[in-house]
Amino acid sequence: MIQSQPAAAPALADKMKIENLDIFYGTFQAMKRANLSVPDRHVMALIGPSGCGKSTFLRALNRMHDLTPGARVEGKVTLDGVDIYAPSIDPVTVRHRIGMVFQRPNPFPKSIFENVVYGAKIHGEKNPKRLAEIAEKSLRAAALWDEVKDRLSRSALDLSGGQQQRLCIARVLAVEPEVILMDEPASALDPIATSKIEDLIGELKRDYTVIIVTHSMQQAARISDFTSFFLLGELIEVGTTSDIFTRPRDKRTEDYITGRYG
Amino acid sequence: MVGVRASKAHRDEGIALVVLMSCSALFVIAIALILGFLAFNGTRLFWGDHYSPLKFLFGTDWDGFGGHYGAATFIAGSLVATGMAIAIGGPLGVAIGVFFSELAPKRVATAFKPAIEVLVGIPSVVYGWLGLTLLVPAIATVFHLPDGDGLLAAGIVLSIMILPTVISLSEDALRVVPNSLREGSAALGATRWETITKVLLPSASSGIAVAVILGVARAIGETLAVQLVLGNAAILPTSLLKPAAALTSEIVMDMGDAPDGSGFKHALFAMAFLLLLISMGLILLIRLALRRRT
Ligand SMILES: Nc1ncnc2c1ncn2[C@@H]1O[C@H](COP(=O)(O)OP(=O)(O)OP(=O)(O)O)[C@@H](O)[C@H]1O
Ligand SMILES: [Mg+2]
Repeated sequence: MIQSQPAAAPALADKMKIENLDIFYGTFQAMKRANLSVPDRHVMALIGPSGCGKSTFLRALNRMHDLTPGARVEGKVTLDGVDIYAPSIDPVTVRHRIGMVFQRPNPFPKSIFENVVYGAKIHGEKNPKRLAEIAEKSLRAAALWDEVKDRLSRSALDLSGGQQQRLCIARVLAVEPEVILMDEPASALDPIATSKIEDLIGELKRDYTVIIVTHSMQQAARISDFTSFFLLGELIEVGTTSDIFTRPRDKRTEDYITGRYG
Repeated sequence: MVGVRASKAHRDEGIALVVLMSCSALFVIAIALILGFLAFNGTRLFWGDHYSPLKFLFGTDWDGFGGHYGAATFIAGSLVATGMAIAIGGPLGVAIGVFFSELAPKRVATAFKPAIEVLVGIPSVVYGWLGLTLLVPAIATVFHLPDGDGLLAAGIVLSIMILPTVISLSEDALRVVPNSLREGSAALGATRWETITKVLLPSASSGIAVAVILGVARAIGETLAVQLVLGNAAILPTSLLKPAAALTSEIVMDMGDAPDGSGFKHALFAMAFLLLLISMGLILLIRLALRRRT
Protein backbone atom coordinates (compact mmCIF):
# COMPACT_ATOMS: atom_id res chain seq x y z
CA MET A 1 0.00 0.00 0.00
CA ILE A 2 1.42 3.37 -0.97
CA GLN A 3 0.66 5.82 1.79
CA SER A 4 1.11 9.54 1.64
CA GLN A 5 4.53 9.78 3.21
CA PRO A 6 7.62 11.96 2.93
CA ALA A 7 9.63 9.50 0.91
CA ALA A 8 8.51 8.02 -2.37
CA ALA A 9 7.36 4.42 -2.65
CA PRO A 10 10.18 2.06 -1.69
CA ALA A 11 10.07 0.13 -4.95
CA LEU A 12 11.20 3.19 -6.88
CA ALA A 13 14.87 4.04 -7.17
CA ASP A 14 15.70 7.57 -6.05
CA LYS A 15 17.25 9.72 -8.75
CA MET A 16 17.78 12.68 -6.46
CA LYS A 17 17.69 12.91 -2.72
CA ILE A 18 17.59 16.15 -0.77
CA GLU A 19 18.52 16.03 2.90
CA ASN A 20 18.27 18.82 5.47
CA LEU A 21 18.49 21.53 2.86
CA ASP A 22 18.87 25.08 4.17
CA ILE A 23 19.08 27.99 1.75
CA PHE A 24 19.97 31.55 2.71
CA TYR A 25 19.94 34.86 0.86
CA GLY A 26 22.38 36.82 2.99
CA THR A 27 20.95 36.38 6.47
CA PHE A 28 17.42 35.57 5.29
CA GLN A 29 16.65 31.87 5.42
CA ALA A 30 14.43 31.07 2.43
CA MET A 31 14.39 27.27 2.87
CA LYS A 32 14.43 25.38 6.15
CA ARG A 33 15.45 21.77 6.58
CA ALA A 34 13.84 20.41 3.42
CA ASN A 35 13.91 16.66 2.79
CA LEU A 36 12.75 15.09 -0.45
CA SER A 37 13.35 11.98 -2.53
CA VAL A 38 12.70 12.14 -6.23
CA PRO A 39 12.17 8.77 -7.93
CA ASP A 40 13.75 8.06 -11.28
CA ARG A 41 11.70 8.71 -14.43
CA HIS A 42 8.75 10.27 -12.71
CA VAL A 43 7.35 13.77 -12.54
CA MET A 44 7.58 15.57 -9.22
CA ALA A 45 5.50 18.74 -8.89
CA LEU A 46 6.39 21.49 -6.42
CA ILE A 47 3.41 23.57 -5.36
CA GLY A 48 2.77 26.27 -2.79
CA PRO A 49 1.82 29.94 -2.53
CA SER A 50 3.94 32.66 -4.08
CA GLY A 51 7.15 33.39 -2.20
CA CYS A 52 7.18 30.08 -0.31
CA GLY A 53 10.55 29.13 -1.80
CA LYS A 54 9.74 26.77 -4.70
CA SER A 55 12.15 28.47 -7.10
CA THR A 56 14.71 28.76 -4.35
CA PHE A 57 14.46 25.03 -3.71
CA LEU A 58 14.57 24.12 -7.41
CA ARG A 59 17.63 26.24 -8.11
CA ALA A 60 19.52 24.40 -5.39
CA LEU A 61 19.14 21.16 -7.32
CA ASN A 62 21.45 22.14 -10.18
CA ARG A 63 23.65 24.53 -8.21
CA MET A 64 22.13 27.57 -9.86
CA HIS A 65 22.59 29.48 -6.61
CA ASP A 66 26.31 29.45 -7.32
CA LEU A 67 25.51 32.29 -9.74
CA THR A 68 23.56 34.38 -7.24
CA PRO A 69 25.76 36.63 -5.10
CA GLY A 70 24.87 36.22 -1.43
CA ALA A 71 23.00 32.93 -1.81
CA ARG A 72 24.20 30.05 0.39
CA VAL A 73 23.14 26.42 0.34
CA GLU A 74 23.65 23.98 3.23
CA GLY A 75 22.69 20.35 3.51
CA LYS A 76 22.95 17.50 1.09
CA VAL A 77 21.68 17.08 -2.47
CA THR A 78 22.56 13.82 -4.15
CA LEU A 79 22.26 12.68 -7.74
CA ASP A 80 22.48 8.90 -8.02
CA GLY A 81 23.85 8.88 -4.49
CA VAL A 82 26.63 11.41 -5.14
CA ASP A 83 26.55 14.72 -3.29
CA ILE A 84 26.49 17.44 -5.97
CA TYR A 85 27.82 19.98 -3.45
CA ALA A 86 30.89 17.92 -2.58
CA PRO A 87 34.10 19.92 -3.06
CA SER A 88 35.35 17.48 -5.68
CA ILE A 89 32.29 17.99 -7.88
CA ASP A 90 32.40 20.48 -10.76
CA PRO A 91 29.12 22.44 -10.86
CA VAL A 92 29.39 22.55 -14.65
CA THR A 93 29.08 18.75 -14.86
CA VAL A 94 26.17 18.88 -12.44
CA ARG A 95 24.33 21.30 -14.75
CA HIS A 96 25.19 19.14 -17.72
CA ARG A 97 23.38 16.22 -16.08
CA ILE A 98 20.57 18.27 -14.54
CA GLY A 99 19.04 20.64 -17.08
CA MET A 100 16.79 23.57 -16.31
CA VAL A 101 13.92 25.33 -18.07
CA PHE A 102 13.08 28.76 -16.75
CA GLN A 103 9.83 30.55 -16.10
CA ARG A 104 10.36 33.00 -18.94
CA PRO A 105 11.63 31.63 -22.23
CA ASN A 106 15.26 32.73 -22.56
CA PRO A 107 16.45 31.81 -26.06
CA PHE A 108 19.87 33.12 -27.01
CA PRO A 109 19.88 35.83 -29.69
CA LYS A 110 21.04 33.27 -32.22
CA SER A 111 19.35 31.15 -34.86
CA ILE A 112 16.91 28.40 -33.88
CA PHE A 113 19.47 25.80 -34.91
CA GLU A 114 22.29 27.42 -32.93
CA ASN A 115 20.07 27.56 -29.86
CA VAL A 116 19.29 23.86 -29.99
CA VAL A 117 22.84 22.67 -30.57
CA TYR A 118 24.42 25.17 -28.17
CA GLY A 119 24.88 22.66 -25.36
CA ALA A 120 25.91 19.82 -27.63
CA LYS A 121 28.57 22.02 -29.21
CA ILE A 122 29.85 23.07 -25.82
CA HIS A 123 30.15 19.46 -24.79
CA GLY A 124 32.38 18.74 -27.74
CA GLU A 125 30.15 17.71 -30.65
CA LYS A 126 31.59 19.24 -33.82
CA ASN A 127 30.34 16.97 -36.59
CA PRO A 128 27.77 19.02 -38.59
CA LYS A 129 25.80 15.90 -39.50
CA ARG A 130 25.56 14.78 -35.89
CA LEU A 131 24.57 18.29 -34.84
CA ALA A 132 21.80 18.36 -37.44
CA GLU A 133 20.56 15.01 -36.13
CA ILE A 134 20.64 16.23 -32.55
CA ALA A 135 18.73 19.37 -33.55
CA GLU A 136 16.01 17.41 -35.33
CA LYS A 137 15.66 14.83 -32.59
CA SER A 138 15.45 17.42 -29.83
CA LEU A 139 13.04 19.66 -31.73
CA ARG A 140 10.83 16.65 -32.47
CA ALA A 141 10.90 15.62 -28.83
CA ALA A 142 9.90 19.15 -27.86
CA ALA A 143 7.03 19.08 -30.39
CA LEU A 144 8.46 22.01 -32.28
CA TRP A 145 10.05 20.39 -35.33
CA ASP A 146 7.11 20.72 -37.71
CA GLU A 147 6.72 24.40 -36.93
CA VAL A 148 10.35 25.39 -37.44
CA LYS A 149 11.94 22.83 -39.75
CA ASP A 150 11.89 25.26 -42.69
CA ARG A 151 13.40 28.15 -40.83
CA LEU A 152 16.11 26.73 -38.62
CA SER A 153 18.48 29.53 -39.55
CA ARG A 154 16.04 32.27 -38.56
CA SER A 155 16.48 34.08 -35.27
CA ALA A 156 14.97 32.32 -32.28
CA LEU A 157 13.72 35.69 -31.09
CA ASP A 158 11.18 35.73 -33.97
CA LEU A 159 9.34 32.74 -32.50
CA SER A 160 6.19 33.12 -30.39
CA GLY A 161 6.50 32.82 -26.62
CA GLY A 162 5.20 29.26 -26.60
CA GLN A 163 7.53 28.24 -29.40
CA GLN A 164 10.43 29.91 -27.61
CA GLN A 165 9.66 27.92 -24.47
CA ARG A 166 9.54 24.66 -26.41
CA LEU A 167 12.81 25.68 -28.04
CA CYS A 168 14.29 26.14 -24.58
CA ILE A 169 13.07 22.64 -23.69
CA ALA A 170 14.58 21.27 -26.92
CA ARG A 171 17.81 23.03 -26.03
CA VAL A 172 17.89 21.19 -22.70
CA LEU A 173 16.99 17.83 -24.29
CA ALA A 174 19.86 18.24 -26.77
CA VAL A 175 22.42 17.93 -24.00
CA GLU A 176 20.76 14.70 -22.84
CA PRO A 177 20.51 15.43 -19.15
CA GLU A 178 19.15 12.90 -16.69
CA VAL A 179 17.00 15.27 -14.70
CA ILE A 180 15.05 18.26 -16.02
CA LEU A 181 14.09 21.06 -13.66
CA MET A 182 11.26 23.32 -14.79
CA ASP A 183 10.26 26.53 -13.04
CA GLU A 184 6.68 27.31 -14.06
CA PRO A 185 7.52 26.66 -17.71
CA ALA A 186 4.00 27.47 -18.87
CA SER A 187 3.25 30.52 -16.77
CA ALA A 188 3.87 32.98 -19.61
CA LEU A 189 1.95 30.91 -22.17
CA ASP A 190 -1.59 30.70 -23.49
CA PRO A 191 -3.73 27.58 -22.90
CA ILE A 192 -2.86 25.95 -26.23
CA ALA A 193 0.87 26.36 -25.76
CA THR A 194 0.45 25.24 -22.16
CA SER A 195 -1.28 22.03 -23.12
CA LYS A 196 1.46 21.31 -25.66
CA ILE A 197 4.05 21.67 -22.93
CA GLU A 198 2.02 19.49 -20.58
CA ASP A 199 1.74 16.74 -23.21
CA LEU A 200 5.46 17.05 -23.71
CA ILE A 201 6.18 16.56 -20.01
CA GLY A 202 4.12 13.39 -20.11
CA GLU A 203 6.40 12.15 -22.88
CA LEU A 204 9.56 13.25 -21.15
CA LYS A 205 9.13 11.10 -18.06
CA ARG A 206 9.79 7.99 -20.10
CA ASP A 207 13.42 9.05 -20.39
CA TYR A 208 13.90 11.74 -17.80
CA THR A 209 13.21 12.61 -14.21
CA VAL A 210 11.23 15.85 -14.19
CA ILE A 211 10.90 18.23 -11.26
CA ILE A 212 8.46 21.00 -12.03
CA VAL A 213 7.28 24.07 -10.14
CA THR A 214 3.74 25.02 -10.95
CA HIS A 215 1.22 27.52 -9.69
CA SER A 216 -1.66 25.62 -11.14
CA MET A 217 -2.97 22.76 -9.09
CA GLN A 218 -4.87 21.35 -12.04
CA GLN A 219 -1.61 21.28 -13.89
CA ALA A 220 0.12 19.47 -11.04
CA ALA A 221 -2.76 16.99 -10.97
CA ARG A 222 -2.60 16.45 -14.73
CA ILE A 223 1.08 15.95 -15.21
CA SER A 224 2.76 14.79 -12.02
CA ASP A 225 3.17 11.46 -10.25
CA PHE A 226 4.26 13.03 -6.99
CA THR A 227 3.59 16.40 -5.45
CA SER A 228 5.34 18.30 -2.69
CA PHE A 229 3.75 21.22 -0.94
CA PHE A 230 5.82 24.17 0.26
CA LEU A 231 4.80 26.90 2.67
CA LEU A 232 6.86 29.79 4.04
CA GLY A 233 10.23 28.24 3.29
CA GLU A 234 9.30 24.79 4.50
CA LEU A 235 8.51 21.60 2.68
CA ILE A 236 5.29 20.60 4.42
CA GLU A 237 4.25 17.39 2.75
CA VAL A 238 5.17 15.01 -0.04
CA GLY A 239 3.10 12.22 -1.50
CA THR A 240 1.67 10.76 -4.64
CA THR A 241 -0.23 13.43 -6.47
CA SER A 242 -3.56 11.68 -5.96
CA ASP A 243 -2.96 11.41 -2.21
CA ILE A 244 -1.94 15.04 -1.88
CA PHE A 245 -5.04 16.20 -3.71
CA THR A 246 -7.53 13.76 -2.22
CA ARG A 247 -6.22 12.92 1.26
CA PRO A 248 -3.61 15.41 2.41
CA ARG A 249 -2.30 14.54 5.84
CA ASP A 250 -1.30 18.02 6.89
CA LYS A 251 -3.97 20.57 7.72
CA ARG A 252 -1.98 23.30 5.92
CA THR A 253 -1.84 21.28 2.71
CA GLU A 254 -5.55 20.71 2.92
CA ASP A 255 -6.19 24.42 3.52
CA TYR A 256 -4.11 25.36 0.51
CA ILE A 257 -5.75 22.85 -1.78
CA THR A 258 -9.31 23.47 -0.68
CA GLY A 259 -8.72 27.20 -0.32
CA ARG A 260 -8.32 27.47 -4.03
CA TYR A 261 -10.90 24.99 -5.15
CA GLY A 262 -13.22 24.32 -2.19
CA MET B 1 -9.78 84.32 -13.32
CA VAL B 2 -9.14 80.77 -14.28
CA GLY B 3 -9.38 81.76 -17.92
CA VAL B 4 -6.83 84.54 -17.45
CA ARG B 5 -4.39 82.24 -15.72
CA ALA B 6 -4.83 79.58 -18.37
CA SER B 7 -4.19 82.02 -21.16
CA LYS B 8 -1.11 83.37 -19.35
CA ALA B 9 0.22 79.83 -19.02
CA HIS B 10 -0.57 79.37 -22.64
CA ARG B 11 1.36 82.50 -23.58
CA ASP B 12 4.37 81.49 -21.46
CA GLU B 13 4.42 78.15 -23.12
CA GLY B 14 4.32 79.82 -26.50
CA ILE B 15 7.28 82.04 -25.59
CA ALA B 16 9.27 79.08 -24.30
CA LEU B 17 8.58 77.24 -27.50
CA VAL B 18 9.76 80.14 -29.63
CA VAL B 19 12.95 80.51 -27.53
CA LEU B 20 13.75 76.81 -27.73
CA MET B 21 13.06 76.66 -31.42
CA SER B 22 15.27 79.66 -32.17
CA CYS B 23 18.08 78.15 -30.09
CA SER B 24 17.82 74.91 -32.01
CA ALA B 25 17.64 76.72 -35.32
CA LEU B 26 20.71 78.79 -34.41
CA PHE B 27 22.59 75.65 -33.50
CA VAL B 28 21.66 73.92 -36.74
CA ILE B 29 22.66 77.00 -38.73
CA ALA B 30 26.00 77.22 -36.92
CA ILE B 31 26.75 73.57 -37.63
CA ALA B 32 25.73 73.96 -41.25
CA LEU B 33 27.98 77.01 -41.58
CA ILE B 34 30.96 75.15 -40.12
CA LEU B 35 30.39 72.17 -42.39
CA GLY B 36 29.89 74.43 -45.40
CA PHE B 37 33.02 76.41 -44.59
CA LEU B 38 35.09 73.23 -44.23
CA ALA B 39 33.64 71.69 -47.38
CA PHE B 40 34.27 74.88 -49.35
CA ASN B 41 37.83 75.39 -48.19
CA GLY B 42 38.59 71.70 -47.96
CA THR B 43 37.87 71.11 -51.63
CA ARG B 44 39.29 74.42 -52.86
CA LEU B 45 42.67 72.81 -53.45
CA PHE B 46 41.06 70.74 -56.18
CA TRP B 47 38.75 73.19 -57.91
CA GLY B 48 40.63 76.41 -57.05
CA ASP B 49 44.24 75.38 -57.35
CA HIS B 50 43.55 72.52 -59.76
CA TYR B 51 45.58 70.10 -57.71
CA SER B 52 44.70 66.48 -58.51
CA PRO B 53 42.72 64.77 -55.72
CA LEU B 54 44.55 61.55 -56.54
CA LYS B 55 47.92 63.22 -56.06
CA PHE B 56 46.66 64.63 -52.77
CA LEU B 57 45.44 61.26 -51.52
CA PHE B 58 48.18 59.02 -52.84
CA GLY B 59 51.15 61.34 -53.41
CA THR B 60 53.95 61.27 -50.86
CA ASP B 61 55.65 64.45 -51.99
CA TRP B 62 54.91 67.13 -49.41
CA ASP B 63 56.41 70.57 -49.83
CA GLY B 64 53.94 73.22 -48.80
CA PHE B 65 55.88 76.16 -50.21
CA GLY B 66 57.02 74.25 -53.28
CA GLY B 67 53.51 73.40 -54.46
CA HIS B 68 53.62 69.67 -53.61
CA TYR B 69 50.66 68.58 -51.56
CA GLY B 70 50.83 64.79 -51.45
CA ALA B 71 49.23 63.91 -48.08
CA ALA B 72 49.62 60.13 -48.30
CA THR B 73 52.31 60.04 -45.63
CA PHE B 74 50.01 61.76 -43.15
CA ILE B 75 47.04 59.65 -44.10
CA ALA B 76 49.15 56.51 -43.70
CA GLY B 77 50.60 57.78 -40.41
CA SER B 78 47.11 58.45 -39.04
CA LEU B 79 45.80 55.09 -40.20
CA VAL B 80 48.74 53.09 -38.86
CA ALA B 81 48.78 54.85 -35.49
CA THR B 82 45.01 54.43 -35.17
CA GLY B 83 45.19 50.82 -36.33
CA MET B 84 47.79 50.08 -33.66
CA ALA B 85 45.71 51.83 -31.03
CA ILE B 86 42.73 49.66 -31.92
CA ALA B 87 44.79 46.49 -32.27
CA ILE B 88 46.11 46.98 -28.73
CA GLY B 89 43.37 48.97 -27.04
CA GLY B 90 40.38 47.21 -28.61
CA PRO B 91 40.91 43.64 -27.39
CA LEU B 92 42.47 44.81 -24.13
CA GLY B 93 39.62 47.22 -23.45
CA VAL B 94 36.95 44.62 -24.22
CA ALA B 95 38.79 42.07 -22.06
CA ILE B 96 38.91 44.50 -19.12
CA GLY B 97 35.25 45.35 -19.73
CA VAL B 98 34.44 41.64 -19.54
CA PHE B 99 36.44 41.40 -16.34
CA PHE B 100 34.57 44.23 -14.64
CA SER B 101 31.16 43.15 -15.88
CA GLU B 102 31.39 39.37 -15.49
CA LEU B 103 34.26 38.31 -13.29
CA ALA B 104 35.21 40.98 -10.75
CA PRO B 105 33.45 40.92 -7.40
CA LYS B 106 30.79 43.58 -7.28
CA ARG B 107 32.74 45.71 -4.78
CA VAL B 108 35.80 45.83 -7.03
CA ALA B 109 33.70 46.69 -10.07
CA THR B 110 31.84 49.53 -8.36
CA ALA B 111 35.12 50.94 -7.05
CA PHE B 112 36.90 50.88 -10.38
CA LYS B 113 34.13 52.16 -12.61
CA PRO B 114 34.44 55.81 -11.48
CA ALA B 115 38.23 55.56 -11.67
CA ILE B 116 37.98 54.53 -15.29
CA GLU B 117 35.55 57.31 -16.05
CA VAL B 118 38.03 59.81 -14.60
CA LEU B 119 40.63 58.51 -17.03
CA VAL B 120 38.35 59.44 -19.95
CA GLY B 121 38.54 63.05 -18.86
CA ILE B 122 42.33 63.41 -18.54
CA PRO B 123 43.52 66.04 -21.05
CA SER B 124 45.42 64.59 -23.96
CA VAL B 125 48.48 66.73 -23.33
CA VAL B 126 48.95 64.77 -20.09
CA TYR B 127 48.97 61.48 -21.97
CA GLY B 128 51.36 62.93 -24.55
CA TRP B 129 53.64 64.32 -21.86
CA LEU B 130 53.76 60.98 -20.05
CA GLY B 131 54.47 59.26 -23.35
CA LEU B 132 57.26 61.64 -24.11
CA THR B 133 58.95 61.38 -20.72
CA LEU B 134 58.41 57.67 -19.99
CA LEU B 135 57.55 55.73 -23.12
CA VAL B 136 59.81 57.36 -25.72
CA PRO B 137 63.02 56.89 -23.70
CA ALA B 138 61.93 53.33 -22.85
CA ILE B 139 61.49 52.48 -26.53
CA ALA B 140 64.86 54.02 -27.33
CA THR B 141 66.50 51.87 -24.66
CA VAL B 142 64.74 48.64 -25.56
CA PHE B 143 65.41 48.90 -29.29
CA HIS B 144 68.83 50.62 -28.99
CA LEU B 145 67.73 53.68 -30.91
CA PRO B 146 68.95 57.28 -30.64
CA ASP B 147 65.30 58.38 -30.48
CA GLY B 148 62.24 56.46 -29.33
CA ASP B 149 59.59 58.63 -30.92
CA GLY B 150 57.60 57.22 -33.79
CA LEU B 151 54.60 55.12 -34.64
CA LEU B 152 55.12 52.57 -31.88
CA ALA B 153 55.11 55.27 -29.22
CA ALA B 154 52.09 56.97 -30.79
CA GLY B 155 50.21 53.68 -31.12
CA ILE B 156 50.81 52.79 -27.48
CA VAL B 157 49.88 56.24 -26.19
CA LEU B 158 46.71 56.22 -28.29
CA SER B 159 45.79 52.72 -27.17
CA ILE B 160 46.05 53.84 -23.54
CA MET B 161 44.00 56.92 -24.32
CA ILE B 162 41.16 54.95 -25.90
CA LEU B 163 41.19 52.21 -23.25
CA PRO B 164 38.88 53.95 -20.77
CA THR B 165 36.30 54.59 -23.50
CA VAL B 166 36.43 51.03 -24.77
CA ILE B 167 36.39 49.52 -21.27
CA SER B 168 33.53 51.62 -20.02
CA LEU B 169 31.31 51.22 -23.08
CA SER B 170 31.90 47.51 -23.55
CA GLU B 171 31.24 46.95 -19.85
CA ASP B 172 27.95 48.82 -20.25
CA ALA B 173 27.10 46.75 -23.31
CA LEU B 174 27.67 43.53 -21.38
CA ARG B 175 25.76 44.67 -18.32
CA VAL B 176 22.56 45.17 -20.28
CA VAL B 177 22.62 41.56 -21.51
CA PRO B 178 19.78 40.00 -19.50
CA ASN B 179 20.81 37.76 -16.63
CA SER B 180 18.42 35.09 -17.95
CA LEU B 181 20.88 34.42 -20.78
CA ARG B 182 23.73 33.86 -18.31
CA GLU B 183 21.54 31.46 -16.34
CA GLY B 184 20.26 29.74 -19.48
CA SER B 185 23.77 29.11 -20.67
CA ALA B 186 24.99 27.91 -17.28
CA ALA B 187 21.97 25.60 -16.99
CA LEU B 188 23.11 23.84 -20.16
CA GLY B 189 26.43 23.01 -18.57
CA ALA B 190 28.44 25.88 -20.02
CA THR B 191 31.45 27.19 -18.11
CA ARG B 192 31.65 30.87 -17.30
CA TRP B 193 34.18 31.28 -20.10
CA GLU B 194 31.91 29.56 -22.64
CA THR B 195 29.01 31.72 -21.54
CA ILE B 196 31.11 34.85 -22.02
CA THR B 197 32.52 33.94 -25.43
CA LYS B 198 29.52 32.17 -26.94
CA VAL B 199 26.55 34.07 -25.53
CA LEU B 200 27.47 37.34 -23.83
CA LEU B 201 29.99 38.80 -26.29
CA PRO B 202 27.81 37.98 -29.33
CA SER B 203 24.76 39.41 -27.56
CA ALA B 204 26.66 42.58 -26.75
CA SER B 205 28.39 42.75 -30.12
CA SER B 206 26.71 45.89 -31.40
CA GLY B 207 27.43 47.75 -28.19
CA ILE B 208 31.02 46.55 -28.26
CA ALA B 209 31.29 47.61 -31.90
CA VAL B 210 30.17 51.08 -30.86
CA ALA B 211 32.80 51.08 -28.08
CA VAL B 212 35.55 50.21 -30.55
CA ILE B 213 34.37 52.65 -33.22
CA LEU B 214 34.30 55.48 -30.67
CA GLY B 215 37.85 54.41 -29.79
CA VAL B 216 38.81 54.72 -33.46
CA ALA B 217 37.19 58.15 -33.64
CA ARG B 218 39.08 59.32 -30.60
CA ALA B 219 42.39 57.91 -31.86
CA ILE B 220 42.19 59.31 -35.38
CA GLY B 221 41.22 62.75 -34.14
CA GLU B 222 43.82 62.91 -31.40
CA THR B 223 46.33 65.67 -32.06
CA LEU B 224 48.46 66.85 -29.19
CA ALA B 225 49.47 63.52 -27.69
CA VAL B 226 50.31 62.19 -31.15
CA GLN B 227 52.30 65.23 -32.06
CA LEU B 228 54.39 64.93 -28.91
CA VAL B 229 55.54 61.35 -29.48
CA LEU B 230 55.27 60.71 -33.24
CA GLY B 231 58.47 62.47 -34.31
CA ASN B 232 56.67 64.42 -37.04
CA ALA B 233 58.59 63.43 -40.15
CA ALA B 234 56.72 63.38 -43.44
CA ILE B 235 57.88 59.94 -44.47
CA LEU B 236 55.84 56.87 -45.28
CA PRO B 237 55.56 54.51 -42.29
CA THR B 238 57.83 51.64 -43.28
CA SER B 239 58.79 50.80 -39.72
CA LEU B 240 56.91 51.20 -36.46
CA LEU B 241 60.12 52.45 -34.87
CA LYS B 242 60.56 55.33 -37.28
CA PRO B 243 59.10 58.79 -36.83
CA ALA B 244 56.04 59.62 -38.90
CA ALA B 245 53.38 62.30 -39.14
CA ALA B 246 49.63 62.21 -38.85
CA LEU B 247 46.92 64.34 -40.45
CA THR B 248 46.12 66.04 -37.17
CA SER B 249 49.68 66.71 -36.08
CA GLU B 250 50.70 68.01 -39.49
CA ILE B 251 47.83 70.50 -39.60
CA VAL B 252 48.94 71.88 -36.25
CA MET B 253 52.60 72.03 -37.30
CA ASP B 254 51.93 73.86 -40.57
CA MET B 255 48.91 76.03 -39.99
CA GLY B 256 50.91 78.98 -38.70
CA ASP B 257 53.29 78.96 -41.65
CA ALA B 258 50.90 78.48 -44.53
CA PRO B 259 49.89 81.86 -46.02
CA ASP B 260 46.17 82.56 -46.30
CA GLY B 261 44.75 81.83 -49.72
CA SER B 262 47.72 79.70 -50.72
CA GLY B 263 47.53 76.15 -52.05
CA PHE B 264 49.45 75.19 -48.92
CA LYS B 265 46.63 76.46 -46.71
CA HIS B 266 44.04 74.81 -48.92
CA ALA B 267 45.88 71.50 -48.65
CA LEU B 268 45.69 71.76 -44.86
CA PHE B 269 41.97 72.48 -45.17
CA ALA B 270 41.62 69.43 -47.37
CA MET B 271 43.29 67.36 -44.64
CA ALA B 272 40.90 68.75 -42.04
CA PHE B 273 37.97 68.03 -44.34
CA LEU B 274 39.22 64.48 -44.79
CA LEU B 275 39.28 64.04 -40.99
CA LEU B 276 35.72 65.32 -40.87
CA LEU B 277 34.64 62.84 -43.53
CA ILE B 278 36.31 60.00 -41.64
CA SER B 279 34.56 60.85 -38.39
CA MET B 280 31.25 61.24 -40.20
CA GLY B 281 31.82 57.79 -41.69
CA LEU B 282 32.50 56.41 -38.21
CA ILE B 283 29.30 57.93 -36.86
CA LEU B 284 27.44 56.30 -39.73
CA LEU B 285 28.98 52.98 -38.73
CA ILE B 286 27.83 53.48 -35.14
CA ARG B 287 24.30 54.17 -36.36
CA LEU B 288 24.41 50.97 -38.39
CA ALA B 289 25.66 48.99 -35.40
CA LEU B 290 22.91 50.37 -33.19
CA ARG B 291 20.26 49.74 -35.84
CA ARG B 292 21.33 46.11 -36.05
CA ARG B 293 20.62 45.73 -32.34
CA THR B 294 16.88 46.34 -32.75
N1 LIG C 1 17.95 36.62 -4.98
C1 LIG C 1 17.24 36.76 -3.84
N2 LIG C 1 17.71 37.53 -2.85
C2 LIG C 1 17.01 37.68 -1.71
N3 LIG C 1 15.84 37.09 -1.46
C3 LIG C 1 15.32 36.30 -2.41
C4 LIG C 1 15.98 36.10 -3.66
N4 LIG C 1 15.24 35.27 -4.42
C5 LIG C 1 14.16 34.98 -3.67
N5 LIG C 1 14.20 35.59 -2.46
C6 LIG C 1 13.20 35.47 -1.39
O1 LIG C 1 13.10 34.12 -1.05
C7 LIG C 1 11.75 33.76 -0.81
C8 LIG C 1 11.35 32.62 -1.72
O2 LIG C 1 11.38 33.07 -3.06
P1 LIG C 1 11.11 32.13 -4.29
O3 LIG C 1 11.38 32.91 -5.51
O4 LIG C 1 11.85 30.88 -4.11
O5 LIG C 1 9.55 31.87 -4.14
P2 LIG C 1 8.59 31.05 -5.09
O6 LIG C 1 7.92 30.04 -4.26
O7 LIG C 1 9.31 30.60 -6.30
O8 LIG C 1 7.51 32.18 -5.48
P3 LIG C 1 6.73 32.35 -6.87
O9 LIG C 1 5.68 31.30 -6.85
O10 LIG C 1 6.15 33.72 -6.75
O11 LIG C 1 7.71 32.21 -7.97
C9 LIG C 1 10.93 35.03 -1.04
O12 LIG C 1 10.67 35.62 0.21
C10 LIG C 1 11.84 35.90 -1.85
O13 LIG C 1 11.59 37.26 -1.58
MG1 LIG D 1 9.24 31.08 -8.39
